[in-house]
Amino acid sequence: MQDDRELHSEPTEGRAGLTACKAEEEQDTQFSKRRKFLTRVGWGSLAGFLTINSLAFLRFFYPRVLFEAPSQFKVGFPADYPPGQVNSQYQREFGTWIIRLQDGRFFAMESKCTHLGCTPSWMESQKKFKCPCHGSGYYITGLNFEGPAPRPMDRFKISISEDGQLTVDKTIKFPGIPGKDSNEVYPQSLLKA
Amino acid sequence: MKNLTEKVKKNPIWKSIFRRDYRNNVRDRALAIFGNVFLHLHPVQVRESAVKLRFTWGMGGITFFSFILLVITGVVLMFYYHPSIEQAYSDIKDLEFQVPYGVILRNMHRWAAHFMVIVVMIHMFRVFMTGSYKAPRQFNWGIGVILLVLTFLLSFTGYLTPWDQLGFWAITVGTNMGAATPLLGYQGPFSEYLHITPYNDIRFALLGGAQVGANALLRSYIWHCVAIPLISIILMFVHFWRVRKDGGISRPQK
Repeated sequence: MQDDRELHSEPTEGRAGLTACKAEEEQDTQFSKRRKFLTRVGWGSLAGFLTINSLAFLRFFYPRVLFEAPSQFKVGFPADYPPGQVNSQYQREFGTWIIRLQDGRFFAMESKCTHLGCTPSWMESQKKFKCPCHGSGYYITGLNFEGPAPRPMDRFKISISEDGQLTVDKTIKFPGIPGKDSNEVYPQSLLKA
Repeated sequence: MKNLTEKVKKNPIWKSIFRRDYRNNVRDRALAIFGNVFLHLHPVQVRESAVKLRFTWGMGGITFFSFILLVITGVVLMFYYHPSIEQAYSDIKDLEFQVPYGVILRNMHRWAAHFMVIVVMIHMFRVFMTGSYKAPRQFNWGIGVILLVLTFLLSFTGYLTPWDQLGFWAITVGTNMGAATPLLGYQGPFSEYLHITPYNDIRFALLGGAQVGANALLRSYIWHCVAIPLISIILMFVHFWRVRKDGGISRPQK
């Protein structure tokens, strides 16, 4: 086809040559129509292929299986926890404190500062959570009272499972609301046991 | 001695490498640039005013120099470093206290990294103050901005590699900022209506999980050592090429 075109593009002389030229032009447009179509199909399928590939590439960054601590876990029997204490035993692995208030009620709180996500520590002598990053302070209920933290710390659902153990479910979250005590906002986050 | 030099120069191996004799004239100087794969990106001749240090400060070149230094020291450091949470920190200690020349390599890498971030910003400042971003150089300014961001990202991802407290919390805070980004992170506005959770947002993709852990270290290592340098190198070539195509390095107007 290309050879043909090259031949026809040579200058032709006389009337006969002109008519021949017209016929060829018609043929040419037919060719170019087909060529245009095939070009579109070619580039189009390449574009489609690359689009699907880049979507797959993005999806690739989201793993299906995580080798992290499970989001639901058991933390022992209620009798193991003395009232008025913060248990930091599950902080490292699960990022959760198990807290029992003076009146015996339980709740589970995420060990994550609401400022920028560092891990505060429970200061037993001062009865407060203190964040080492920027100095935010929280009461035992998670209510913030000093430093840059914008709101109280978040809580997780805690319940008693069939075998009588406390169970924390991190998929159910009670986010702290600025200036409000989560004990009052979320009575369902507290567990009487 | 002269005889020996002649002999070496007539040797087919010598000739195959250097192809032709070099005389210090205009033609040969030009051919040395044309014929060299590394130098041919550079123009064969530049105007005298283009090499005025008071105008360009040479900051772009110094940035490139520190990048080369970082690639070399970085590749050497990789021979002793395992990107795993059990080994990373002790590997850095090993490099600092036991590996021969390890401490100077690590510190060269660290200081060159700080240096590059500073110098690339001074380069940008110079380009801005001399108006070198104006037509026809707008496109190259855009490339430069991307390269600036990539430099910051290289610096940021390298910060986690020692797996120490500084790096760990920097990545924690940095990825939490990603989590708070509208439409991309689970803490952004309307995220609950858009079903963005800690398990499908941008932070998850950056960390390879919902926590800063083994996957996060590996990912930041791969971005730091392979992916971002590759993208940067490609864009650097475009950047240098466009400097030349847009009329050569910016120089004082008369």
